[in-house]
Amino acid sequence: MQRIRKGRRVKANGTRRAMYRAIQTFLVALCLLVSCLATGLRAQEDIRPLVDALGVGNFPQKVEAVNALAASGNPKVAEILQNLSDGKLFAPKSGGPVFLEGEASGSYLDVLTGAAIGDAPGNLAKIRLNNSLRGAISAAMSQLTLLSPDRSARLAAANDLLKDANPENLDLLNSALAEEKDAEVKSTMEAVRAVILLKTDASFEDKKAAIDTIAARGNRDALTILTAAAATAPDELRPGIEESIRSINRSLALWDVAQNIWYGLSLGSVLLLAAIGLAITFGVMGVINMAHGEMVMLGAYTTYVVQQTVQAVAPGLVDYSLAFAVPMAFLFTGLVGVGIERGIIRWLYGRPLETLLATWGLSLILQQTIRTIFGPTNRQVDNPSWMSGTFEVGGLASTWNRLWIIVFAISVFIALLLLLKRSKFGLQMRAVTQNRRMASSMGIRTPWVDALTFGLGSGIAGMAGVALSQIDNVSPNLGQNYIIDSFMVVVFGGVGNLWGTLVGALTLGIANKFLEPYAGAVLGKIVILICIILFIQRRPRGLFALKGRAIE
Amino acid sequence: MAEKMSTSMLYLDGVSVSFDGFKALNSLSFVVEPGELRAIIGPNGAGKTTMMDIITGKTRPDSGQVFFNGEIDLTKKDEADIAQLGIGRKFQKPTVFESHTVWDNIELALNRKRGVFSTLFYRMTPGDKARIEEILETVRMTARKDDLAANLSHGQKQWLEIGMLLAQEPKLLLVDEPVAGMTDAETSETAVLLKEIAKTRSVVVVEHDMGFIRDLGVKVTCLAEGSVLAEGSIDFVSNDPKVIENYLGR
Amino acid sequence: MISQMLLRRHEKKTLIVALIIVLAAVLVPLSNLLLAETNPLHIPGYLVPLLGKYLCYALLALALDLVWGYCGILSLGHGAFFALGGYAMGMYLMRQIGNRGVYANPELPDFMVFLNWQELPWYWYGFNHFAFAALMVLVVPGLLAFVFGWFAFRSRVTGVYLSIITQAMTYALLLAFFRNEMGFGGNNGLTDFKDILGQNIQASGTRAALFAATAIALALALLLSSAIVRSKYGKVLVGVRDAESRTRFLGYRVENMKLFIFTISAMMAGVAGALYVPQVGIINPGEFAPGNSIEVVIWTAVGGRGTLIGPIIGAFLVNFGKSIFTAAFPEFWLFALGALFVATTLFLPKGIVGTVQQYFARRKEYKTAGETEKTYQEDKAAALTAATASPQAAE
Repeated sequence: MQRIRKGRRVKANGTRRAMYRAIQTFLVALCLLVSCLATGLRAQEDIRPLVDALGVGNFPQKVEAVNALAASGNPKVAEILQNLSDGKLFAPKSGGPVFLEGEASGSYLDVLTGAAIGDAPGNLAKIRLNNSLRGAISAAMSQLTLLSPDRSARLAAANDLLKDANPENLDLLNSALAEEKDAEVKSTMEAVRAVILLKTDASFEDKKAAIDTIAARGNRDALTILTAAAATAPDELRPGIEESIRSINRSLALWDVAQNIWYGLSLGSVLLLAAIGLAITFGVMGVINMAHGEMVMLGAYTTYVVQQTVQAVAPGLVDYSLAFAVPMAFLFTGLVGVGIERGIIRWLYGRPLETLLATWGLSLILQQTIRTIFGPTNRQVDNPSWMSGTFEVGGLASTWNRLWIIVFAISVFIALLLLLKRSKFGLQMRAVTQNRRMASSMGIRTPWVDALTFGLGSGIAGMAGVALSQIDNVSPNLGQNYIIDSFMVVVFGGVGNLWGTLVGALTLGIANKFLEPYAGAVLGKIVILICIILFIQRRPRGLFALKGRAIE
Repeated sequence: MAEKMSTSMLYLDGVSVSFDGFKALNSLSFVVEPGELRAIIGPNGAGKTTMMDIITGKTRPDSGQVFFNGEIDLTKKDEADIAQLGIGRKFQKPTVFESHTVWDNIELALNRKRGVFSTLFYRMTPGDKARIEEILETVRMTARKDDLAANLSHGQKQWLEIGMLLAQEPKLLLVDEPVAGMTDAETSETAVLLKEIAKTRSVVVVEHDMGFIRDLGVKVTCLAEGSVLAEGSIDFVSNDPKVIENYLGR
Repeated sequence: MISQMLLRRHEKKTLIVALIIVLAAVLVPLSNLLLAETNPLHIPGYLVPLLGKYLCYALLALALDLVWGYCGILSLGHGAFFALGGYAMGMYLMRQIGNRGVYANPELPDFMVFLNWQELPWYWYGFNHFAFAALMVLVVPGLLAFVFGWFAFRSRVTGVYLSIITQAMTYALLLAFFRNEMGFGGNNGLTDFKDILGQNIQASGTRAALFAATAIALALALLLSSAIVRSKYGKVLVGVRDAESRTRFLGYRVENMKLFIFTISAMMAGVAGALYVPQVGIINPGEFAPGNSIEVVIWTAVGGRGTLIGPIIGAFLVNFGKSIFTAAFPEFWLFALGALFVATTLFLPKGIVGTVQQYFARRKEYKTAGETEKTYQEDKAAALTAATASPQAAE
């Protein structure tokens, strides 16, 4: 069909038609094999009649000419079409050779070779465009990039075509498919082919296969295509299409759930990082540290300072500044924590409400200190290259920093668990938690253990700050945004149990993300807060609470 | 057993409770008769305090029955209900209202209406005043009635607490280690006081001090690992080989 | 019955403070309105609402002290009750604007016209009547406190857990009131008030009257609180604070005891908020911020919790300091406030009034101790047991 139409169109050059067709096929194959410079000249000459056709006739005829050019597969075509769309091509009003506008006004170049033309005809006029011609040009350009040596360009072109596939592209697509090696590009192209097939009068079996091909993609694009196809499809195909739509909808719903879980895990791991230090100071020591959020904030500012320093001292290592920032933040906030414990908290053991007030005062002081030093505005902490960008798994899209933060949170959790269960310090800490006087009479220096425990909790908050600096604004108020959530996690999970904190953080994260689509972010958060307030009524000591006399 | 239940003051049958897998009480059964003074001994972790927690409604049993005064099911009630029914409890560590005067401590314990509004609009009647003075006399605290409870010595706090229990006018009194930290003189005085109290009500005393228990001269129940090991007179129990092995030591 | 309670015998110092406040209610407006500006005793117009604001804070601190100082419930959400009372009053004031708003809509407040709302939401009905609004000032915070407390106290949420969930409560309300959809003006809140009870809210006469009303409300609240804490109920509350389980085993329903005082206290906070809004001319969701509620705690702590006069003194001192500081060295205010938190808890746990009381009590004690050697020795013994008992308490 295509060929017949082409034949009608090019009747002025009827004698060359057979030759042209042969050459076209040859050239397409050639271009696909090599980026052909060597054969360029011949190819250029052979499409000249097609280029010249751009200058004559009405707009529909010019659209045909653009399509014909595109179908030629010549590597020059993209450039020519670009010039056309930029309004740089000129032709005599009566028809004839087309010229390219030169740099100097009034000078003209050869369209194909770019050589200056001395004797251009005087009656040249710009080839005008209208919307349908522009559409044809852009469609043609994306077809052309199907043949590009650049993989991502091909993929983008195939995805473009998927939305706007045209039966006229079939031949080109077939030849592109024949050469395509990359699996992903190939499957996209196959989907394009299937879309085209659906639009042609191919056999029932072919169309059915095409539907399956599209359905196999299983994403939203496929859904759109199939929905559109269902409207025009013949009756015998419709049940198949509808079945596919249903199944895609099902799998999309599943992916949606997976996506929500993933976002929830990501939020949960942030909460876990923020809360786990609190779980130690609150859970193990019974100390309410309202300045915990400020420890997180100090960690984030440490990251900022480390990054600035690395940038100044060794710009090459900027990508790895986080690797320095993590231990620095741990040490710095840990030391601040030990200082706070020795200076304030140790005087207030057994008076949890007073501790709460004193640490709140401390949090005001720390915030204001940072505000005085660094100013009230946000500080820019850059993502290293390995944390920027996105990746996809099936129907699930994510940024790399989400993944890294989850990994980081889990590593911190495991490290902490090992520290508590396996190390001598962990043993001493648990001993002090369970029976302070007994531990002390066993020769454990309980004040020292208290200070280190508080330092550990604060240091972990500092590491949380490193992670948060990657996804949140680094400002003096950073900690305030997390303190209430962190308390909710600890209270929900149950005090004195790290697993409770883990489960609490992930549950709250995931619940938040599942509520968001229905209730919106703010309302979702309110709902969560209310749920926790109600939950505390049911289980005043959280999910994983200790039972029995020990808690009194 | 069912017959006993209807006439008993306190009736426990097959009471079990566990905390995180640890069986604090294991099918504990025993009966206290009206007007009986009963001593309970047993090693640490035998379940003495847990038993008191269950009787006073602080802990719910996993299984088993607890009846008070014949027909009242205590497992369905909470602490305030049970206290209003007439069960008083003295803690191991003396617990009094430290920032109140001795007088106010007794006044608060007095068995009167305990609702928000009845306390809000409460006026002391001459009868209440006489009752408080009488109790202060009984526990020998009249001289110190205007002192803050915080300023009392350890033994005096124990006595004040006992005085508060008297003001509560309970039918059953649970007393946890009343003589811990007392001098010998105070201890024997306490024994006299408890025997005096037991004339008009049932009393259950948990104590480690064997001398004190001998002073009381009453039926003794020995608990171990959450159930009754032996029951009888002090001589009978202290000669029981199981008791010797578990508690008294050889 | 209530009046009977109010007339009950109070401590002398409570009566003196109440009298001072009532005197202020009379003298400050008189001085402002009648004395010439050149007179050294003249109180300038800008100072009247400022002092009125302090009085509101004092009332709020007193409300908090009832639950914290006397019952041991550290509420970090009293700012929410204050703000709710303020919003109830603000809604009345909004309705009084009538068609004098920017959009001249006789029915809808400006922000609703701006959001293209067609009609008044149902929960705004009735707020054009002062009596209804005044009732809501008590009912809304009281109801919230009752429901919240009913759940919390029945399931025995105590100590820091309770503090944390009260904080979560005010935080949730903060988020909610920021939403435009709630119909309370979003983050701009309610402002641009014109009249209260038909009087121009900016007029010095109105301001003086508001001040007097606030002072009288504070004096009444003080007497009411005094009546409560000096009743047997008040003694039970202190008992709950010091030995909750002992109270329970004496047969008192601790949850009811707590619920009653929590609700009363929330209502008092609501009244404070309602008096605050017309004097400062705005109420916005910022009042729900958790930080505000904690600040109230420090006023109470500085003045002395568990005393009735302490919170009033504390609220005045801290807020006076805040006014001075934020005018003179704004960047140091947070340092000062933070240091105040730390210093009070470390060095002045009983607060100013509590420490002074303790000093006098001890002096009196030693005077009597001189008379009987025996009591003195017992005191020493008691101090010894207290000292040995303190490590236990630390666990």
